[in-house]
Amino acid sequence: MTKGIVRGIIANLVLVEVDGPISQNEICYIQLKDIKLMAEVIKILGKIAYTQVFESTRGLMPGNEVEFSGHMLEVKLGPGMLSKIYDGLQDDLNKMDGLFLKRGEYTDPLDENSIWNFTPLAKAGDVVTGGDWLGEVPESWIAHKIMLPFGMTENYSVVSVVPAGEYKITDTIAVVKDKEGKQHEINMIQTWPVKIPIRAYKEKPRPFKLLETGQRTIDTLNPIVEGGTGFIPGPFGCGKTVLQHGISKYGDADMIIFAACGERANEVVEIFVEFPKLDDPRTGRKLMERTIIICNTSNMPVAAREASVYTAMTIAEYYRTMGLKVLLLADSTSRWAQALREMSNRMEELPGPDAFPMDLPAIISNFYARAGYVYLNNGSTGSITFIGTVSPAGGNLKEPVVEATRKAARCFWSLEQRRANSKRYPAVDPIDSYSKYLEYDEVKEYLNSTIAPNWTDLVSYAKDVLLRGRETNEQINILGDDGVPLSYHVTFMKSELLDRIILQQNFFDKVDAATPLNRQHYMLEKVINICMMDFQFESFEEVKPFFTSLIYDMVQMNYAEFNSEEFKQVEADLEKILAERRVK
Amino acid sequence: MATRAFQKVYTKLNQVTKATCSVTATGVGYDELATVGGRLAQVVKIINDSVTLQIFEGTEGIGTDAEVVFFGYPPTLKVSDQLAGRFFDAYGNPIDGGPDIEGEEVEIGGPSVNPVRRQQPSELIATGLAGIDLNNTVVTGQKIPLWADPDQPYNFVMSLIALRAKADKIILGGMGLSNDDYLFFKQAFENAGIIDKIISFVNTTENPPVERLLVPYMVLTAAEYFAVEKNEKVMVLLTDMTLYCDALSIVSNRMDQIPSKDSMPGSLYSDLAKIYEKAVQFPEGGSITILAVTTLSGGDRTHAIPDNTGYITEGQLFLMRDTNISKVIVDPIGSLSRLKQNVQGKKTRADHVDVMNAAIRLFTDAGNAKTKLENGFDLSDYDERVLKFSHDYSLRLLAIDVNISIDEMLDTCWELFQKYFSKQEIGIKETVMDKYWK
Ligand SMILES: Nc1ncnc2c1ncn2[C@@H]1O[C@H](COP(=O)(O)OP(=O)(O)O)[C@@H](O)[C@H]1O
Ligand SMILES: [Mg+2]
Repeated sequence: MTKGIVRGIIANLVLVEVDGPISQNEICYIQLKDIKLMAEVIKILGKIAYTQVFESTRGLMPGNEVEFSGHMLEVKLGPGMLSKIYDGLQDDLNKMDGLFLKRGEYTDPLDENSIWNFTPLAKAGDVVTGGDWLGEVPESWIAHKIMLPFGMTENYSVVSVVPAGEYKITDTIAVVKDKEGKQHEINMIQTWPVKIPIRAYKEKPRPFKLLETGQRTIDTLNPIVEGGTGFIPGPFGCGKTVLQHGISKYGDADMIIFAACGERANEVVEIFVEFPKLDDPRTGRKLMERTIIICNTSNMPVAAREASVYTAMTIAEYYRTMGLKVLLLADSTSRWAQALREMSNRMEELPGPDAFPMDLPAIISNFYARAGYVYLNNGSTGSITFIGTVSPAGGNLKEPVVEATRKAARCFWSLEQRRANSKRYPAVDPIDSYSKYLEYDEVKEYLNSTIAPNWTDLVSYAKDVLLRGRETNEQINILGDDGVPLSYHVTFMKSELLDRIILQQNFFDKVDAATPLNRQHYMLEKVINICMMDFQFESFEEVKPFFTSLIYDMVQMNYAEFNSEEFKQVEADLEKILAERRVK
Repeated sequence: MATRAFQKVYTKLNQVTKATCSVTATGVGYDELATVGGRLAQVVKIINDSVTLQIFEGTEGIGTDAEVVFFGYPPTLKVSDQLAGRFFDAYGNPIDGGPDIEGEEVEIGGPSVNPVRRQQPSELIATGLAGIDLNNTVVTGQKIPLWADPDQPYNFVMSLIALRAKADKIILGGMGLSNDDYLFFKQAFENAGIIDKIISFVNTTENPPVERLLVPYMVLTAAEYFAVEKNEKVMVLLTDMTLYCDALSIVSNRMDQIPSKDSMPGSLYSDLAKIYEKAVQFPEGGSITILAVTTLSGGDRTHAIPDNTGYITEGQLFLMRDTNISKVIVDPIGSLSRLKQNVQGKKTRADHVDVMNAAIRLFTDAGNAKTKLENGFDLSDYDERVLKFSHDYSLRLLAIDVNISIDEMLDTCWELFQKYFSKQEIGIKETVMDKYWK
């Protein structure tokens, strides 16, 4: 193995003079007294390796010895990852002693001694390649597939598979033979470098199936699909994290991977305190049982923050190859971009816009491209749906991370300061936001055949109502309440009704927090019907109170269990109010 | 921070800038302390045998032959119960004429708490201010800054909150604090008769700016001692973090780093997060709550300092002058407490959230009515009523001279709702309405 000597230290950038070959992104360990600090090569200039250290470099000196590992930053994959809380380098945080994180302490992501109930899926004589399923073990409520390691991309023939029974992850569960006849023993563990996508699938078609999030402003107005990508930009305090937490709770996925990347530790605490108590409405199991948290909060080392999103993506790819529907959330991708910026500045690279590295757009788009819906070699399907938040400096949407992400992600849910200020949560701007998937014919077809034949028409009608509402409101503000025709007030209040009943959703209310699709359909139809009605008013002053009472009733409907006694009672009352002014 | 034996001494500087110098030296560790010509300095960059030091007092008058003495360790603070009731400078040296502290010497700026060892903060801090307790309830273990233009009484409000918070210790970190404000805090603590609960690390406007960089870490090292070792509730006051950031930018500019937005270093987010994330609630009961001050320029929250702060802290409390009542209020629209949902309606009355939201919505409507009025339009009857409401709401609740319990705040809201509005205009759930609408 190549060795090196520390020559320079600038914060977490360490220059190492090497005595042999090394490669880009190779991992090395810097000896500091009795601990080893992990670092990654990010640039090579002659005999000097520029490394980013995943720890504080306090006390490091020129002359300290460095050992190169011969491999890139890897994750260790196998059963037992669900409900774990990892740091950005996949250390199991629960395995660390003490209140404080210790430098140079790395822990096993898997539990070597855990016992798993193995059922074979392959048999002697089968021809397999990397990613093919050899067997499965129940992990929580997921059938965790034991796969031929992804790196074994040739064809192998199965020599033997152990019979069903209990095994440790380190036990050999299969033996396979390569073309030369060499035998390979396979256990339940494999490793994979995080910066390389796992491509153990046959093909990646355009995604088309709606992925329900329970959030009306997303599902109804700008939906995301299984295997799709989306991002949530917004100034601080506008609700990015709350919206993502909502999606992680109610999103219709087999499992959730949540990458808390450079944000607040208390937000992670919230997840691991609440999720073990919350039920997953689909399986009745606890939410934590389908969740993996990758937690590299803002005070943890910056370089590991960058690693954390890749760690999360690689774990997602591993589970996708088992034929699962994975939802990956990262909060916030801006912190990852900032970590890149910090390093690029320390290396005195020529800066791009706002001092971000020049290749930022390429890095972001390569990352988003790892999501997707896939057909596996055995014909099953799997998907990674990826939603990232973006935290633009000063809330400015023209900033480099937003611009770069816009090119990579297909859904754009923009959070608006003004909406947040007036507590119209979720503060997703209904007019500027979009879902490119609504342009896909196969998505439209899917929506109209699964929700209602006229669904996409209803949705585009709703968007028109909102747009007309915004325009008339501007007119009212310019010309004054009595300077515009009465109909302007009606148009505006119709859009307010739609806004309040469909778009606004109270994340902290038990019922309102998530709305199933059939209920979204019912309410949208109801609201659109009202928007299509004509009403009789004597003066503009009657308009607002009338709609206020409609809104009042329909909010009660949102808070009531769907089709409950209470729901129907309010609905009946609503019909009465409507009848009072409705023009037939 | 006294010097010790076996120190390396050098006497030839290669480069001197306004805040840094470099010297040829070996065997020096990153982050290590040194003195340059008797002034305290810290290693910020090492390339081969060229060591760059940041000199806290500035480099005025430093000669190329200045003596550089390396300590062999990073900045430290001696921690023990003796810290209580004492006043220190940015280096942790007593400035109150008292004896030196005896205790364990710990490195400042130590490691982060393992996130899985944290507890969810959920212990309410009652401040008596409705802008906080009613609209933006804060809890122990939270980190939250006061945002204010320089002419607002932010240090006064900070002392109010600290004194009402019933903390076991209050640790003040003054950065670029004017001597008058320093004396104000001292006086306030003395008057409250709690001087033995106070610890203070202060860099005043008379001290060199770069020294400030040590202050938050000194404060938080002391705070961790009391929160971890003694399970105490520690309230940390940092004022003014904008001046701290200014010192950061001085150092990074002197080191020729590429500045990002508003001449701030590209690492500003990480630098601030390292400080604010020290706020924590431990399961054993100890906690560190950080109340900071970020002064704004003309209320501009998009400037890099408040912007990065807002992305890190758990909300912000916006102080502003309400010209309708000629008083300072905690603005209900620009302020936010991200941890309020951990306690509102759970540790407070069940109607808390609904009442808060309804009142803020009416207050927002009043803002719109005001705009209408300014644009010369007629006001509707509703507009007239929300304007009256918002006047009373500001005066009887939001003004910082009001000091009442949360139940009283809620009752006042109901009283104002009924005085000016119909049930439907309030729009609160029927079940809640039934109980409080008389
Ligand atoms: N859907 C929502 N319902 C109610 N309150 C919300 C909602 N979204 C955000 N909030 C409020 O706004 C605060 C900030 O939201 P958060 O998601 O943390 O913002 P960001 O991540 O954009 O900084 C929350 O603590 C909460 O008080
Ligand atoms: Mg957030």
